[in-house]
Amino acid sequence: MALDDEFLQRDLSQHPPALTPGYRSSVLRAPRAPLLSLDATLSEVTGPVFRADELGPLDHDLIRNYAHGGEPIGERIIVHGRVMDENGRGVPHTLLEVWQANAGGRYRHVNDRYLAPVDPNFGGCGRCLTDETGAYVFRTVKPGAYPFRNQINSWRPAHIHFSLFGSGLAQRLITQMYFEGDPLIRNDAIAGTIPDASAVDRLVARLDMNAAVPLDCLAYRFDIVLRGRRQTLFENKLQGA
Amino acid sequence: MSSFRETPSQTAGPYVHIGLIPRQAGFAIYERELGNVLVSPTTRGERIRIEGRVLDGIGAPARDALVELWQANADGRYAHPADKQESKAQDLQFRGFGRAGTHFETGLFVFETIKPGPVAGRAGQPPMAPHVNLWLVARGINLGLATRMYFADEEAANARDPVLALVEPMRRPTLIARREDRAEGPAYVFDIRLQGEAETVFFDV
Ligand SMILES: [Fe+3]
Repeated sequence: MALDDEFLQRDLSQHPPALTPGYRSSVLRAPRAPLLSLDATLSEVTGPVFRADELGPLDHDLIRNYAHGGEPIGERIIVHGRVMDENGRGVPHTLLEVWQANAGGRYRHVNDRYLAPVDPNFGGCGRCLTDETGAYVFRTVKPGAYPFRNQINSWRPAHIHFSLFGSGLAQRLITQMYFEGDPLIRNDAIAGTIPDASAVDRLVARLDMNAAVPLDCLAYRFDIVLRGRRQTLFENKLQGA
Repeated sequence: MSSFRETPSQTAGPYVHIGLIPRQAGFAIYERELGNVLVSPTTRGERIRIEGRVLDGIGAPARDALVELWQANADGRYAHPADKQESKAQDLQFRGFGRAGTHFETGLFVFETIKPGPVAGRAGQPPMAPHVNLWLVARGINLGLATRMYFADEEAANARDPVLALVEPMRRPTLIARREDRAEGPAYVFDIRLQGEAETVFFDV
């Protein structure tokens, strides 16, 4: 079966290697054998398809999707951008999921024991489908920094976790978005797993005053690039001839 | 001629449940949460359970991992427009996707699904034996790990599978789930070893 939807080989130099001792949790969880390269099959060029009617109307609004009689504490922000592939084409109708700590740096999670309080009006997760151009938007409060047990004084910069599907399994990606100007980024053990400083910079969202809502909400822009598809113009012409 | 570079991966961290399976984090927020039950009463195919653990380099279960499963339907066709195996029927009652957190105490992940059929291989290659595709993230995993689970009771198909054929024979058993016939129905048991002896084969797809 001919595949016209193969993805470009992943450029692993843009990603953290599996073993990054500065981030201690990786040491016992990093595979030691190299990944086995696989020519794409139907199993990798396909992936789950989600419909808009599976999502709720407030799923993308973290200010309101867990509000219990009030709104969450914190700096109100819009986060928006475009999901595209390495060829610059928008990735339409793909599921984007986000999660984050509240403004005090605490997660609504049974395993988070940080002393900052849970916010009764903040769940900390949201999701949406990109539109036909690959654009997405959600509204939330800016997350706080929080400590984690890497070294005793290790702190995570403010960040939002992003999960993306793309149009095939080979595009699946989970990453984190940071905020422009945050001084904690340069010492962060997790951002530091990425060897290439310019790659880290592509995880930093830019303040976007043009998208801010006056007297209401600041805005940050974060574009995401998933793997591109092989250009098969020549082969297509042959098939059509 | 790629002009942009892929966004770098970052670990999903220990609180991945909040974003992807919030009920396990301890709260209900979505009316429809993506879960570990892939079947509805009208899905075609043999009902099976898939369960396993994710083990680290000292054999301890990762109890904060998220495992995702993607598979073809009972005829071996994926619910996706790029699958053009027209001779096989679609099943509108089966998306073929599920996700499960490993249990905070036992470390077990569980899926309730159907056994997939064989899927066409690449041009010129034999069909792929029935398999499910697994993708795994957790604290300490910097880039999601892709692997496949094959079925121990498909010996003949496994022997012809073009992907298993790429794997060093000594390592092939790491991709094959053991079948257990239980009172509730067949279960396939599949432990994923992140590191060390009998390390699972992970793919750069
Ligand atoms: Fe986090």
